[in-house]
Amino acid sequence: MENIVELRGVTKSYNGRSNAVDHIDLDIPGGRIIGLLGPNGSGKTTIIKMITGLLTPTSGSIMIGNCKPGPATKAHIAYLSEHSALNPNRRIKDALYLFQDFYADFSMDRALTMLENLSIDPNATVKTLSKGTKEKVNLILVMSRIADLYILDEPIAGVDPAARDYILKTILTNYQERSSILLSTHLISDVENILDDVIFIKEGKILTQTTVENIRESQGKSVDQYFREVFVC
Amino acid sequence: MAWNFDDNRPIYSQLVEILETKIVSGEYQPGAKLPSVRELAITAAVNPNTMQRAFSELEREGLVNTNRTSGRTVTEDPNMLRQVRSQLARGHVDYFFKKMKELGYTNQEITSLANEAASKEDNQ
Repeated sequence: MENIVELRGVTKSYNGRSNAVDHIDLDIPGGRIIGLLGPNGSGKTTIIKMITGLLTPTSGSIMIGNCKPGPATKAHIAYLSEHSALNPNRRIKDALYLFQDFYADFSMDRALTMLENLSIDPNATVKTLSKGTKEKVNLILVMSRIADLYILDEPIAGVDPAARDYILKTILTNYQERSSILLSTHLISDVENILDDVIFIKEGKILTQTTVENIRESQGKSVDQYFREVFVC
Repeated sequence: MAWNFDDNRPIYSQLVEILETKIVSGEYQPGAKLPSVRELAITAAVNPNTMQRAFSELEREGLVNTNRTSGRTVTEDPNMLRQVRSQLARGHVDYFFKKMKELGYTNQEITSLANEAASKEDNQ
């Protein structure tokens, strides 16, 4: 299948000295769920921010379809950032209206259904919500878009195991078959069963890019166990 | 509830075993329509492409038939079902023997322990 995103020789240096991301080549094909895995500070979020257009590469090229990251590509990429998109003083409903105004591919029906499934009241004020509920609402906003690519930066970090299961199911239920999901996490054992591919990032470089089944077959261990060996401290 | 998987083997081969067990145990009846790949992937909390691969394997074996109008159905061939059932049973027995030998039991000791357990079950 055609690639949704292509990175060629992408480097990002924040202070002109060390490279946070170092000459990365990366293809994201359609129809895959891909885990971006690496220790803290390995460059995961920097890669994500360059694909979403929040950071500009120091060198190299990023192509999304035939475009460089910018307003046009933001219309096709649904991005769950590590920061909340919610205004604490407004109601959840206001965030839904905001997303509806901003994104032509936002489905209000989907968002309301997901909120209802989780018994979250759309009229609740954001600041009254628990940390876990806020995370769920942020994910619902992102997964309510009909996008080509969903980029989820640490989607399950702050929620309990039952909510994690629901979030993973939400991801599986709502993504389109031809679209792809790129998700970064350090909670590998929780997500590895839903992944097609994994990308291991170490010190700004891609160490491995392979399938989950390939790791299990060739190493006789889970991705989580393999990760612990590769990144042993 | 998500399904459970061993860490040391590919997920798709474990999905094949779980689905085979559901079929030979009658949870999915002969001739019955199976849920879609996507539905089952969500139930099991696994990747849809992995579930698709498991279904392809079941189709290749002939345990599952694909029909353009009615979707995927379980085979109605009793020989096929018996064959897969005994294959699964043999796998469990082999595993049991392997584990018992790791504990240092001889074939004879294993058989007598198995007999003992069977008569206990009968009396319950």
